[in-house]
Amino acid sequence: MEPIRPIFYNIHEHYRWAEYTQYVLGGLTAVLFLWGLWRHVRRWRLGQPEKISWAWKERLAAFVKFALFQGRLATDPYALGMHLAIFFGMAVLFLGTALATLDLDVAHLLFGFQFLRGNFYLAFKLVLDVFAVALIVGLALAFWRRYVLKPDRLKNLVYPTFPLDSFYVLAILMAIAVTGLIVEALRLAAARPPWAAWSVAGSMLALAFRPLDAETLRTLHFLFWCLHGLLAFTFIALVPYSKIFHLVSSAVSIWLRHLGPTGALPAAEATGVAKIHDFTWRQLVQFDACTWCGRCQDECPAHASGQPLSPKNVILQLDAHLLGKRSGELISAAELWACTTCRACEEVCPVFIEQPRAIVEMRRRLVSEGQVEKGLQEALTKLGRYGNSFGQSDRARAKWTQGLAFKVKDARKEPVEYLWFVGDYASYDPRLQPITRMTANILQQAGVDFGILYEGERNSGNDVRRVGEEGLFEMLREKNMQAIGKAQFQKLVTTDPHSLHGLKNEYDGLKAVHYSELLDELLRSGKLQPARQLGRTATYHDPCYLGRYNGIYDAPRRVLAALGVSLVEMPRSRHRSYCCGAGGGRIWMEDTGEIKERPAESRVREAAALGVNTLAVACPKDWVMFQDAVKTAGLEGKLAIKDLTELVQEALQPAGQT
Amino acid sequence: MNLLVLLKMVPDIVEELEVAPDGKSLDTSFLRTIINERDDHALEQALLLKERHGGTVTVLALDAPDIDDTLFAALAKGADRAVKITDAPEGMTTQTAARLCSQVIAGLPPADLILTGVQALDDLDGLSAAVIAQQLGFPYIGVVTAVTVNGSTATVLKEFAGGVRGEFAVTLPAVLGVQAAEKPPRYVPVAKVRAAMKSSKIETVPAPAEVAAAQIEVRQLAKPVVSSHAEMLEGSPEEIADKLVQLLAQRGLL
Amino acid sequence: MTSPLWILAETWRGQITETTLELLALGREVADQLRVPLEAVLFADKSLATSLGVADHVLCAAGVEPTPEAVAAALAQLVKERQPQAVLVPWTNLSMDAGALAAAKLNAPFVNGSKDLKADAGRLVAQCLVYGGKLEAAVAATVTPVLFGVLPGTRSADAGRSEKTPAITEVAVAVPETKVKFQRFLEPETGDVDITQQDVLVAVGRGIQQQDNLELAEGLAKLLGGAVCGSRPVIDQGWLPLSRQVGKSGMSVKPKLYLMLGVSGAPEHIEGMKNAQLIVAINTDAAAPIFNVAHYGINADLFEVVPVLTEKLQAAKGG
Repeated sequence: MEPIRPIFYNIHEHYRWAEYTQYVLGGLTAVLFLWGLWRHVRRWRLGQPEKISWAWKERLAAFVKFALFQGRLATDPYALGMHLAIFFGMAVLFLGTALATLDLDVAHLLFGFQFLRGNFYLAFKLVLDVFAVALIVGLALAFWRRYVLKPDRLKNLVYPTFPLDSFYVLAILMAIAVTGLIVEALRLAAARPPWAAWSVAGSMLALAFRPLDAETLRTLHFLFWCLHGLLAFTFIALVPYSKIFHLVSSAVSIWLRHLGPTGALPAAEATGVAKIHDFTWRQLVQFDACTWCGRCQDECPAHASGQPLSPKNVILQLDAHLLGKRSGELISAAELWACTTCRACEEVCPVFIEQPRAIVEMRRRLVSEGQVEKGLQEALTKLGRYGNSFGQSDRARAKWTQGLAFKVKDARKEPVEYLWFVGDYASYDPRLQPITRMTANILQQAGVDFGILYEGERNSGNDVRRVGEEGLFEMLREKNMQAIGKAQFQKLVTTDPHSLHGLKNEYDGLKAVHYSELLDELLRSGKLQPARQLGRTATYHDPCYLGRYNGIYDAPRRVLAALGVSLVEMPRSRHRSYCCGAGGGRIWMEDTGEIKERPAESRVREAAALGVNTLAVACPKDWVMFQDAVKTAGLEGKLAIKDLTELVQEALQPAGQT
Repeated sequence: MNLLVLLKMVPDIVEELEVAPDGKSLDTSFLRTIINERDDHALEQALLLKERHGGTVTVLALDAPDIDDTLFAALAKGADRAVKITDAPEGMTTQTAARLCSQVIAGLPPADLILTGVQALDDLDGLSAAVIAQQLGFPYIGVVTAVTVNGSTATVLKEFAGGVRGEFAVTLPAVLGVQAAEKPPRYVPVAKVRAAMKSSKIETVPAPAEVAAAQIEVRQLAKPVVSSHAEMLEGSPEEIADKLVQLLAQRGLL
Repeated sequence: MTSPLWILAETWRGQITETTLELLALGREVADQLRVPLEAVLFADKSLATSLGVADHVLCAAGVEPTPEAVAAALAQLVKERQPQAVLVPWTNLSMDAGALAAAKLNAPFVNGSKDLKADAGRLVAQCLVYGGKLEAAVAATVTPVLFGVLPGTRSADAGRSEKTPAITEVAVAVPETKVKFQRFLEPETGDVDITQQDVLVAVGRGIQQQDNLELAEGLAKLLGGAVCGSRPVIDQGWLPLSRQVGKSGMSVKPKLYLMLGVSGAPEHIEGMKNAQLIVAINTDAAAPIFNVAHYGINADLFEVVPVLTEKLQAAKGG
């Protein structure tokens, strides 16, 4: 006898009315689902327009990697396994049901044949059973994690849908999976087809039902079939009204992910976001897509240091507001000012939400209403007036060059190969000026033809933009573009990652490199020859704006290797690097609230715990923050903070000299 | 209530100041000017009073380089009118300029309160607010750090030494010389100032023909003759600390 | 000119101020240079006039309300009646208003912020601080009478004291009803510390950058047996109470040691501490005006020096 799928076993014969009711309920479920889906789409459409690039190949690849295969969970094996099991368990079973429906209502009903037969059917049964078990195991893991392990990040301060949503979802899924297996087991126990063993799980469970008589089995079968059906329909109808909607919204969000330079902000109104519909429709999709996983919160340096900010909470408040569950003042200014714009949250988000963009846009509104943190107010006033946050004359910008044995070329007056955009901190901070001179000397020694803009340079505006002063950013960009426009050069290089990001990604059509990339090239080409190998062990801190924002992780590491530095990586390295706390204008602001441990202190302790005595950095703000942190963390004399320049300088001196 | 704020630009001392070849005035070739800090506070105080009591804030200033930016910024912060006095003669002192402004003020709609900075770092002769009060016949008090208005009286706090402040009741209309506003001058975003430049106009008023003669003369302007300079302790932080500890020990301060 | 030189005496809480004595000392010098009498104008009870012995003559009028309006009206009246050639007015919060109003009433010049005064060919020339103390102007008046606003600290107060009793004349002034009425004083919350009584003060300025960094100063102060005080920007930020403010609107202090961290040295602050016995300043700006006032200077980052200094002081004391 050929294996073939039974047509509505038991139901068709004995409970025909239920068979028809099922179709009616199915139709009703579909209507509820579509109606709920439409409600969400309608809310998304409240948002402002935004152009999305077509880029279907890139988007498809990302979709497969991140939506289907949960690519962003790769560093969390428990969660990855658990979620793949649940997702593919559900997907396969759903597909199985769809095939069964096709087999029955199309092939059999309309054309009088079935395709779920023979070896295909056997494989079908095996696969479905395996995935059903996987689903159950996945759900069990989910329950375990949520209710026994209880990670902090799963706690919700806000429910965009309804309380205990997560519990109900897991429970109903588990019930569906279990009742489904039971239905199969009861059928196998009653009908005892010869190929039952291919339903590996069902047939084992069927052993438990063997003792029951046929009548009981069929009644139980019917009952569980009803239960399973009702639960399944409830689940599908519930999708748009509960957390499970992320099934749809996450998929959309991942498809519509931001392409183009990482972290680059689009031009927008200087007044920022006041109402929910001031966000673009794509941002609204993102708020809906949030799965409440809290990984962003775990990565956030502001949150870890005890500040009131949690990126998860911000997004959930916005989603709750979007869905009409919350209104009024939902997000405090303190939360918004606490952000360093390090993008660690965005980097780990499994559904590609852009939290920093939402925060910056809300900051714009605070600035436009004059609700600006005091220290920030002073910094912005100085930036607006003098083009730097130090409050020193723009004419004093190049004073650091005094003390050099040669005259640095003025790129406004003579052509140069490299235009070096020095940056505020490297130019004005007295602790950094010696390092800036070192950099100049090294470039000179390597025969690099370089020049600077002298007084023509202004703060790049990157951090100004990120505190929400869009108008001032535009003004600084204008002034810099004027100066750059007058200069004649081939390439743009900068020592400051924040400036790098601004120049490269948010100015008009400029290409720029970071000095670590230039040093890498000089060392590889032999234009810079270390006189000795440093032979020391060190660790390296990936700056947020160099690493996460611009993907430059390897050039600085190659530089260190070429100098004979043996690198020990910190646990939080590369794209998981832990922010020093200076970005997003935080370096200009005062600490708010109770600070548990400043991000910079946490980072230097992490470095010291590796047993190295040197922390290498490639950003002037990192240098400043870590120098201070070394003192306050009591690590003076134990951990030295060295800019790449300082290490290159050391290596250029023959052994025996300092 | 009607509030009038008088603003002026002064040299920005963040920059290097050079004396002109005549040895009596500032070299203006690289001079940058900035709003007088005390006037900025006066504006802020006026805006705070407007927020509390309603009314209008008018800002008035003599024409000077970069004054337009300052006036537009004031409008962007919430001032209602900006008036610029044009074609005033050169070389006015604080007192003669204040007299000139008083004549213009007499021609504007009457104000309940006139606020301006109590002093400016380029004042050499007199304090503007006092002169304006005298010319208009209004009461005056200076070094003010807080203002509350009840009907036709203002209660102000004036700073004395030692952190002591005095509370005074002043009958309006009056002139106040502001030392500090109750809150630091607010920040106004660049976008708002640019919007004000597009949507608002600065009114102009010609200066009166008759201007009082200056009653002082500057005989010399120079860098201060430094009678002494500190003895500098040099070296690494370690070495400096050592020297300082030694010094304190010698003086019996440990 | 033979008309007298006047000084406006100021009283605070029933006492002649130190600045008045300094003006007497300066006035004496200048009056002697000009060979004219020195007279003091006192709007207080004549019992206080006896301490003004350095002057030749005191004009005394009681019953003048302590408001700038009233003092200015009384002063202007006396000047019109008696035509001195110049009046030295203390350039303090207390008297500058009155001087400015009186000058406006008299249509006389009022030279601001004089740190010194001398006679030159029969005319008085003042050295005035301008542009935050960055430059000095030598200023003379083209008319008389002229008022000079004189900064505290031009001469020592001791030089303004005398055993002699001056001639005292009680004068009548008719002061019209003024529209400014004094109501009461608001004292700063005194807190536990009176910085004017401390032997050692550690002063913080803008260079301290953040409120949290105050603990660096507090540590030092504790080791040295003193207290922390601040310049105006620090008090304005709310990091220290008003009772800790040193300067023109704050306290005048004369400790044995005044250790300054990140204070630039604006004239308003210097006014309050220039007579400290040992002034040591730490500032990253080599051109900061404070280095012209301090006895010892350290051009370095206070965040580098202070922790090391604290350690060494601890060692020196404990070891």
